[in-house]
Amino acid sequence: MLLTCPYCGPRDVSEFTYQGDGNRQRPAPNSQDLQAWNEYVYDRQNPAGDHNEIWQHSGGCRSHIRVIRNTVSHVTSSTVPVRGAVHHRSTERRKPGAKA
Amino acid sequence: MSPRRNETGGQIDRLKTIRFTFDGVPYTGHPGDTLASALLASGVTLMGRSFKYHRPRGVLSAGVEEPNALVTILRGTAREPNIPATAIEIYDGLRVESQNRFPSLNWDVGAVNQLASKVIGAGFYYKTFMGPVVGPLKGTRFWMFCEHFIRRAAGLGHAGTVADDARYERMNAFCDVLVVGSGPAGLMAAKTAADSGARVILAELDPRFGGSANWSGETIDGARAADWASEIVNGLKGRNNVRLLSRTSVWGYYDGNTLAALERVSDHKETAARGEPRHRHWTIRAGSVVLATGALERPLVFPGNDRPGVMLASAAQRYTNQFGVLPGEKITLFTNNDTAYQAAASLKKAGANVATIVDVRTDISDQARALAASAGAELIAGHAVSATDGGKTLSGIRIQRLDRVSGTLTGEQRGIQTDCLLMSGGWSPVLHLASQAGAKPEWDEKLQAFLPPQPTQNWSGAGAFTGHLATADAIVEGHAAGLAAAGGKPRVVEQPAIEPTFVNPEPAPVFEIKADGKSFVDFQHDVTADDVRLAHREGFISVEHLKRYTTLGMATDQGKSSNVPGLAIMAEALGKPIPEVGTTRFRPPYTAVSIGSLAAERFGDLKPERLTPMHDWHLARGATMYSAGLWFRPMIYGHAGETVEQAYVREAKAVRETAGIVDVSTLGKIAVQGPDAAELLDRVYTNIFSSLPVGKARYGLMLREDGVAFDDGTTWRLGQDDFLMTTTTANAGKVMQHLEYFLDVIWPELRVTVTSVTDEWAGAAIGGPKAREILAACVKGTAVDNAALPFMGIVHGEIAGVPVMICRLSFSGEMAFEVYCGAGYGTHVWEALIEAGKPFDLVPYGLEALGTLRIEKGHVTGAEIDGRTTARDLHLDWMLSKKKPFIGSAMMDREGLIGADRLQLVGIVALDNRPLNGGAHIVEELDEENPHGSIGHITACCYAPALGKYIALALVQGGKSRHGTRAHMSDPLRKRFGPVEIVSHHFFDPEGSRMHG
Repeated sequence: MLLTCPYCGPRDVSEFTYQGDGNRQRPAPNSQDLQAWNEYVYDRQNPAGDHNEIWQHSGGCRSHIRVIRNTVSHVTSSTVPVRGAVHHRSTERRKPGAKA
Repeated sequence: MSPRRNETGGQIDRLKTIRFTFDGVPYTGHPGDTLASALLASGVTLMGRSFKYHRPRGVLSAGVEEPNALVTILRGTAREPNIPATAIEIYDGLRVESQNRFPSLNWDVGAVNQLASKVIGAGFYYKTFMGPVVGPLKGTRFWMFCEHFIRRAAGLGHAGTVADDARYERMNAFCDVLVVGSGPAGLMAAKTAADSGARVILAELDPRFGGSANWSGETIDGARAADWASEIVNGLKGRNNVRLLSRTSVWGYYDGNTLAALERVSDHKETAARGEPRHRHWTIRAGSVVLATGALERPLVFPGNDRPGVMLASAAQRYTNQFGVLPGEKITLFTNNDTAYQAAASLKKAGANVATIVDVRTDISDQARALAASAGAELIAGHAVSATDGGKTLSGIRIQRLDRVSGTLTGEQRGIQTDCLLMSGGWSPVLHLASQAGAKPEWDEKLQAFLPPQPTQNWSGAGAFTGHLATADAIVEGHAAGLAAAGGKPRVVEQPAIEPTFVNPEPAPVFEIKADGKSFVDFQHDVTADDVRLAHREGFISVEHLKRYTTLGMATDQGKSSNVPGLAIMAEALGKPIPEVGTTRFRPPYTAVSIGSLAAERFGDLKPERLTPMHDWHLARGATMYSAGLWFRPMIYGHAGETVEQAYVREAKAVRETAGIVDVSTLGKIAVQGPDAAELLDRVYTNIFSSLPVGKARYGLMLREDGVAFDDGTTWRLGQDDFLMTTTTANAGKVMQHLEYFLDVIWPELRVTVTSVTDEWAGAAIGGPKAREILAACVKGTAVDNAALPFMGIVHGEIAGVPVMICRLSFSGEMAFEVYCGAGYGTHVWEALIEAGKPFDLVPYGLEALGTLRIEKGHVTGAEIDGRTTARDLHLDWMLSKKKPFIGSAMMDREGLIGADRLQLVGIVALDNRPLNGGAHIVEELDEENPHGSIGHITACCYAPALGKYIALALVQGGKSRHGTRAHMSDPLRKRFGPVEIVSHHFFDPEGSRMHG
């Protein structure tokens, strides 16, 4: 299986680590809603079909990517950086008016 | 020339002679021969003994589907069993042995099994050896008694015990179009794709490209088919967008159009060329795949269909036309379709004597009649073979009229003398790769076969694989598939002119002739038609159960010839049509794969070895090294004559009395940097780090999201936004990944970077009453007294000219310091510390002493933070901040995690003054015969020199509430039992006065 790392391009799946279900919603840190925490930590859908997954390119750039993978055919229809834009942090730090 | 070999014809080089031995008897053959063809040419028809009944067997086929003629190749000291004789190319000096016979192939005592065959049908072993014990002759003990004899008597060849000294290779390849199979369809596909400019790989199982063109006896546009094939292959050779792989079995079709193939590079050579591997494993990523894997002819199921001399019609055609070997003196055919007639005519043309064709059908086509006539064969329609005669070779057959409606045989039996019976039960496309790729085969009523389904991956089919058996179709389809695979626009191609005109290959739906005697479905595993019906009667009606109960299709040939006949017989027993019975999904590999090729160069030292900068120093000082994960660490620095226990006790004692030094470079080290670094640490640690002053360190504990303890370590604040986190050696990678996950996925707004710096720093922990004096003697640029370097303080200085960072913290419970320097100066600084320590009796110590010191102090490590324990279980609840949420804070107080009966950390003292065992249970009542009632287990144990006792840490139900009570250690595996006292885990200096100094 190949996964396309948004930073590094298509790479063999052996370079990646599965980091869990991408549908999980972490409750607010100080939430005391045990039901919500329980769903976040334990409840999974296990669909036969498209599945939203988090993978880490652990044998490469180490970034986390969101993969939509069909659990039946293993076809990945989308791979995007979890953080959003690739240069997220460097753009944030740039001072207004500074050269790129 | 040998008796069966034709003077001319075929693709063998008669000018050269190859000498080989079979069971020690010398034989000859020619380049181009397989072992099977060379033996047949020499008049050898007996090549093996069957799996269970030890029946004599010859060759059934001429290809990799061969179930009968399995042999063992002897090469040097190695032996490779279960190789089909039909897939072995002979070479000078080849030594081959037959299998599953004793004392010889010709005279095999195991053949007495045939007498007991009524008893040893399907499920014999289950019925005899499983289930409730009734008397002495049932059950596991009886099985264990009999197993040795059964394993000797039943089975295939024996593997060698000598290490395989052959070399194997792995290769990765990428192409636009992978063509599997090089018959007319595959060749045409490869040529067309290559002409379109695509990067093409053409893989062929056999040594020779061309597939059926090598033996069909046809002409294509006026040229001999074999010449037509050679011309195309020659045109492909040397083109830089084409890679031709012969002797290459594409055996697996995986996700993303990744295919696995095995190239047998030098098996056919007396000696491999310099640097040449034996096998080469290929991982091929193909843009698209053209499956042109052909079709396999099926046997018919009738009594005695396994006698040497009975083979497939297409196999005979191949032996005759490709190898110039006539399969018999007087040949008969038994068929349910017209393709056998074509084989008969082809054999006749090559000089064979084709006497009789027996056909189950009554309505024989004119084309078939004409072919029978041209073969000079008597045609007996509406009849079936009901028995075969002869011992180890066929001497004759008996035929009877077949009533197709009832399936019964009627009328007089008629005998026909023959030494070779060719059978044809229809054709099955080789769907294995398509099935592996994830698609379900579809039953075709006309061809009475499973056809390839709609592709689920990017492949297309061509030729006999699609069920179109005619060469003309194959060429047209190959052209179209090659063009499409290369991304070209479809165009009309002219039908090639093929002579002779192909017949209609659709068979009559007859798979089995029911008559008395053993009718084999799976030749290799000795599964008969009656076994299939027995399985049905006993309720194994799902095709998956049928397969496992009878072992139909489970041998090395994986049911290539038996799959469809077996299903047909089961379908009939069930009274259902075949498609409703279904078929099993094919699994890789298509043909046998050498384990060596899968491992290739990757054996022996598979894991990298991580060595600390001071590794060589440890070795030079006689350290016994210990592997901890990937790391190598000193276990003890043993003196001459010391036991391990004596050594670690000496080392640990020295730390308590003078000073000791230990290499801690392996600790995980992560630089946590950025404006939000302190905020991140507050979220991942249970305690607070934002309040930590610069230049101080703090012990921290991490939990998992579910509230269970994860890892511990100290984190040092080097600057306002700059922390150095240390983790346990074992969890360094996991903690790094944990932080990266939360930063990337959960809290992307935090402005923090984490960097693994484990390998950048060398670390030495120096501890003991003299530790500070030693540091004072060698550290420049900073004071190390209590004022400058208080407990958990950090200073920067120099040792022997090298910048160092020193943190005063203690794992041993003594006044101790961790000294870090750049990894490149590790040994330099270490040696300077050792030198400075000489006047103070500084002793280097290893992991055993380190463990002893921490057990005496009751400090936890991975043995206690085992993924099941909580902070409270380990008495670390003082670290759980109530002022802020942290990872795991919401889940850690769930009912099950705070129960009073949880396993909690305690100390254990042996009351019998004998060593305790790690992993042993703690029980309240000792029962050596029937151990029960575990209340916990020992996690770490040692002899504690500070106490003069054998002690341990343990996780015990109730924890503290049991302090001061007695219990027992129970270790039935190692037969060690004894009384213990449960105490606090703080064995030594519970107030910590020594480290605070």
